Amino acid sequence: MKYSPTSAMGQLIGRMTGMGRKYGVEWWILVIGAVIIAAIIIMALLAPWLAPYSPHDQATGPQLAPPSGRHWLGTDNLQRDVLSRIIYGSRTILGVAILAALLSSTIGITMGLISGYTGGFMDKSLSLVMDSVYSFPGLILAIAFAAMLEPGVISITIAVAVIYIPTYFRLVRGQTLSIKEELYVEAARAIGAPGKVILWKYIFPNVIATTVVVFTMNVGDAIMIEAALTYLGLGLPPSVVDWGMDLAMGKKFLPSGQWWLITFPGGMISLLALGFTMLGEGLAEILNPRLLER
Amino acid sequence: MKNLIRYVVTRALLTIPMLLILLTIVFVVVRVMPGDPVSSMLGGHAPQSVIDQKKEELGLNRPLIVQYGDYLMQICRLDFGESMILHQKVLDAIGDKIPATIELTFFGMIITLLVGVPLGAYAADKRRSAQDYAIRLYGIVIYCIPVYWLGLMLQMIFGVWMDILPVAGRTGARVFVSTFEKTGFYTLDTLLVRDFEAFADVMLHLVLPSVTLGLVLSGIFIRLTRANMLDVLKSDYILAAEARGIRHRRVVYKHAILNAFVPILTMMGLQVALLMAGAVLTESTFSWPGMGRLLLERIYLRDYPTIQGIIVIFALIVAFVSLIVDIIYALVDPRVRY
Repeated sequence: MKYSPTSAMGQLIGRMTGMGRKYGVEWWILVIGAVIIAAIIIMALLAPWLAPYSPHDQATGPQLAPPSGRHWLGTDNLQRDVLSRIIYGSRTILGVAILAALLSSTIGITMGLISGYTGGFMDKSLSLVMDSVYSFPGLILAIAFAAMLEPGVISITIAVAVIYIPTYFRLVRGQTLSIKEELYVEAARAIGAPGKVILWKYIFPNVIATTVVVFTMNVGDAIMIEAALTYLGLGLPPSVVDWGMDLAMGKKFLPSGQWWLITFPGGMISLLALGFTMLGEGLAEILNPRLLER
Repeated sequence: MKNLIRYVVTRALLTIPMLLILLTIVFVVVRVMPGDPVSSMLGGHAPQSVIDQKKEELGLNRPLIVQYGDYLMQICRLDFGESMILHQKVLDAIGDKIPATIELTFFGMIITLLVGVPLGAYAADKRRSAQDYAIRLYGIVIYCIPVYWLGLMLQMIFGVWMDILPVAGRTGARVFVSTFEKTGFYTLDTLLVRDFEAFADVMLHLVLPSVTLGLVLSGIFIRLTRANMLDVLKSDYILAAEARGIRHRRVVYKHAILNAFVPILTMMGLQVALLMAGAVLTESTFSWPGMGRLLLERIYLRDYPTIQGIIVIFALIVAFVSLIVDIIYALVDPRVRY
C-alpha cells in the first residue's frame, strides 16, 4: 500500500474511535485534553468578539476591583479588565509555544534523520553536542538566549525552540539507526534508490508517527517555559498582552490580597499546559501502548 | 574492583567533552550573539571613544578565537573575572549565593522523594484501581502547574490569608545572620552555634519554597516509581516472597521498593536539570537569595561576566551530579560496566 498522509490520518482516526472503549480512562484523558485545547484555541481566534473590553483599555472601571458582574475576573492596577487580557493573552502563548515546537521539531527531525542515516564522525560529534545540550537545564539556556536577544515575539520563540531541538534529534536519530537496517530499506538501496529518496520516502514516514506524541507534550512544556520567561520579565516587550507578564505584575499585589491578579493568569497557563499534556498522554497510550510503560 | 575503577575513570573522562561543548555554547550565547555588552552596559548613549576604551580594557576587541582560548583558560583556573558593574569577583558573588540554592534544592528533593516514591509505589500496588488513577491524575496535573504559580498560590494561602508561614527570604527580621553565618548553609550554621530559635526560623522560611519545588517534581517521581514498581512486582522473587508467607505490605514496601530504587536513582540524575530550572523560578518567586536570583538580577544589569560565570557553574553542577549518579549506580548495580 502506498503511504500518504491522508490515508494514515484516516487510519489513525478510525483506530482511535475503535479503541476508545477499549482504553477506558486513557481515552477520556485524551478527549479532555483535546477539549481544553480546542476551547482555548477558539477563545484565541474569537478574541475580538469574546473580550468585553480592549486588553489595553485603561479606563474600564475602578482600579484593582475584585471579580464582579461588570468585570468577571476583576481589574488590575491600571484599570484594565483581567478577563479581556486573559482572552487576548491566549494568542501570544499559543502562538509562541506552537511556533517554537514547529521550529525545533523541523530542525531536530531533519538533523536527526541526516545524522542517523549518514553516520560516521559527523553523527558522533553531533550526538555528543545534542546530548550535552539535552542534559543542561532548558530553562536556564532559554533565559540566556532571551536575555541576549532583543525582546520580541520572534526572540522568545527562538529562545524556547532552541532547547527542544535535542529532544527531537535524539528520538529521530535512534529510530533512523534501527529503521535503516530494515529489509525494505536495503531493498530500496539494492534497486539503486539515491540516499535522498531513501531518507524522505522510506525512513521519514516511519519516524514521523512517534514524533507526534513528543510534539504534543513538547507544546505543553513550551507553554510553561514561555510563561516562565515572561514571568521573569524576559523575552517580550511590555506592550504585548501575555499571561506570564500579567502574573508577574499580579505578584506585586499579592501581599495586599488581590488574589484574582495571580489566580486567573496562572490558572490558565496550567490549564493550557494540562490540555496538551493530557492529549499527549492519551495519544501515547493509544498509538503505542508500550511507550510510557503502562 | 578493577573493572569498577576503569568504569569510573572512563565515565569521568567522558564528562570532559560534554563540559567543553556546554562551555562553548555558553561562550557563543554570551559573546557572539547580537547585542553589544559594552554599549548596553554604558547605557547606549556613551561616546564611541569611551566604548572603545572599555572594550580594550575588557579585551573584547581581540579576535574571537583568542577570547575563546582565554575564556577556557580562565575557567580551568576557576577564575571568572570581575563583575562589569560592581567591583566584585564573579566567583565571590556566586560563592555567596550557592549555599542558598543547594539548601533549597536539597530540601526540595527530600519533599519530592517523600511524596513521589510512596505514592508511586502505592499506585503500582493498587494498579488499575480508583486510587491508582487518582494518584496518576495528580501526577499529570502537578507536572503541568508551573512552579512559579504554585509558589504564588501557596504564598497567598499560607502567607497572606492564613498568615502562618513566611513568604520571602531565608530568615526573619528577628534573626541576625551575622551571629551564626559560617558555611552559608543556614540550617547547618544555626545548629553549629546551637541557636535553636534561629534554626526554627530558618526551617520555617524553608517550608514554602521547598514544598513548592518538591511538589512540582513529585509528579515525575510518581510516574518513575510506579513504572519501576510494576516491573519489580511482576518478578519471580516477589512471588516467592509472597509464597513464603511474608506479609503483602512488607513485600511491596520493603522488598520491592528497594529493588525499584536503583533505576529511580539514575532518573534522579536526569532530573537535576529540572531541579535547577525549578530552583531558578522558585528563588525568583520567594525572593530566595540564591544563584537563580543572582542570575536574573545580573541579567537586568547586563553584567555579562557574572551571567556567564553563573551559567558555567550550572553546567559544572549538572555534569558533576550526573557523573556522581552514574558512579553510585555502578556501585549499587554490579551489572553496570563499560
